[in-house]
Amino acid sequence: MLWAYAFAAPGFVLFALVILYPVARAFQISLYNWSIVPGSASTWLGLHNYGRALHDPIFWRSLVNTGFYMAVTTPAQIVLGLGAAVLLDARIPARGLFRALFYLPVVTSWVVVSLLFRYLFMTDGGLVNWLTGQHVDWLGGRWTALATISILGVWKGIGWSMVIFLAALQGVPVELKEAAIVDGAGPWARFRAVSLPAIRPVVAFVTIMLVIGGFNVFTSVFLITGGGPLDETQVLLTYMYRQAFTFLDFGYGASLSFILTLIVFVLSLAQLRLFRRPGEGTA
Amino acid sequence: MTAIVLPRAQRVVALRLVLLLAGAAVMVLPFAWMLATSFKPDSLVLQVPPQLIPHHPTVANYTGAWSSNDFGRYFLNSVIVALGTTVAAVLLSAMMAYSFARFVYPGRTLLFGLLLVGLMVPTMMLLVPQFLLAKQLLLLNSLWGLVVFYTGGNLALNTFLLRNFFVDIPRELEEAMVVDGAGPWKRFWRLILPLSRPALATVAIFTFLGSWDEFVWALTIINDPSKRTLPIAIALFQGQHATSWGLVFAASVIAVVPVIAVFAIFQRQFVSGLATGALKG
Repeated sequence: MLWAYAFAAPGFVLFALVILYPVARAFQISLYNWSIVPGSASTWLGLHNYGRALHDPIFWRSLVNTGFYMAVTTPAQIVLGLGAAVLLDARIPARGLFRALFYLPVVTSWVVVSLLFRYLFMTDGGLVNWLTGQHVDWLGGRWTALATISILGVWKGIGWSMVIFLAALQGVPVELKEAAIVDGAGPWARFRAVSLPAIRPVVAFVTIMLVIGGFNVFTSVFLITGGGPLDETQVLLTYMYRQAFTFLDFGYGASLSFILTLIVFVLSLAQLRLFRRPGEGTA
Repeated sequence: MTAIVLPRAQRVVALRLVLLLAGAAVMVLPFAWMLATSFKPDSLVLQVPPQLIPHHPTVANYTGAWSSNDFGRYFLNSVIVALGTTVAAVLLSAMMAYSFARFVYPGRTLLFGLLLVGLMVPTMMLLVPQFLLAKQLLLLNSLWGLVVFYTGGNLALNTFLLRNFFVDIPRELEEAMVVDGAGPWKRFWRLILPLSRPALATVAIFTFLGSWDEFVWALTIINDPSKRTLPIAIALFQGQHATSWGLVFAASVIAVVPVIAVFAIFQRQFVSGLATGALKG
């Protein structure tokens, strides 16, 4: 039995120190006007930082922007990822190569692809404007910039949902599909009636992960627009980062990230309920 | 002339291929463009019409990035941090996973439950308290600060995945070793770890790539230019030299090549790791 603790202890102590302790501290810090200067006292504010967020127009704008990003990228990644998975779920040449190419953006760092998209979407000399024959100032306005960032998110994420959907589709029993063919069902009817219900739990998992990921968007916004012009494209985490590490207002920054965590938590619970099969009970 | 009419099955395959090719082109084009730009002199990076294959390719951006802009050092920093994190995180999480998979003891469920909390909390939420903690521990501005926090951040998921794998290893194998007088450490080291190579490879790859690419934490705690890792070095470099896209992308290619190599070599572990994580979870 001592062995059991000896095996768990080194890892768990580190985990407790750098994850669990900060989890507990995150809420505490958000209740203070936190002072980072040694010797000067932090003042207790109670829930003031949360009230401040509710009256902060930039907080609301970042919430809307974050919601926009989530609402655009989640369905797009599900539909396109599932589409790619269905296309690959067959005997076709170069299947492994296609899978690898779709997955390439997933393994590339956010920093590199963010700078790359910034370059692709430049107004003068950018590849996108040249290919489409337009002269759009993509990063100069709120919605075009958010569109650029969302396109990047979808492009980078399709491979991830595709790989997971593909694994799930390959787990659908062949007998079920064959039975549907015998019944005279066409490809679309087979997909709707057999494959889709069979992979429902995986669709739920992917949706929940994408919603969480969407709300956590940071690096792409940080590097493509920096929240600008004039805070027009701030998302929750870039605004949090700015408050905490540019203005050194750690208390307000901590409360913003705590609000984000609450939203993500509530949305995840709501989705778990939503995806539960009818008749599976409510407990 | 007779029109070639493909049988229905072949037409379906052809349609699939056309759609997949179009998709693959969209995925690859930005990378091709990045590669092309990294071989262009600065005067041509914004040229219209753009050249997908540079007429006058140059490797000046690569030599410039590697030597005069210190990317050699940043590369080394990234290697140290990513390898250190991978070794520490895989070893510690394998030990924890073994404890959870094979022993029954008071507090086990509680510890495992707390570990799951770590899986659910968004890392960015912890940025402020972790920064203050690193400051107290004198880990700001040091590669140790990166290794310690990256390792801690990888433990929950790795332990979770490895525990699932260890549970499926037949107990009889271990019991045979017990009969031969082998203690727990020996059984862990000689039996469990060798039998778990595929699972260990999966968590090692994810840990390595995660720490290789990590940006926010490094940006937050590293100020000293000589301690930069590749992601922050590239981002800061672009911030300072807004128009030197050739250099930026040469540095990016240098950062991306190891990732693609790891991915190409271990593609199978990658895909199976993702799939088991998702399907079991």
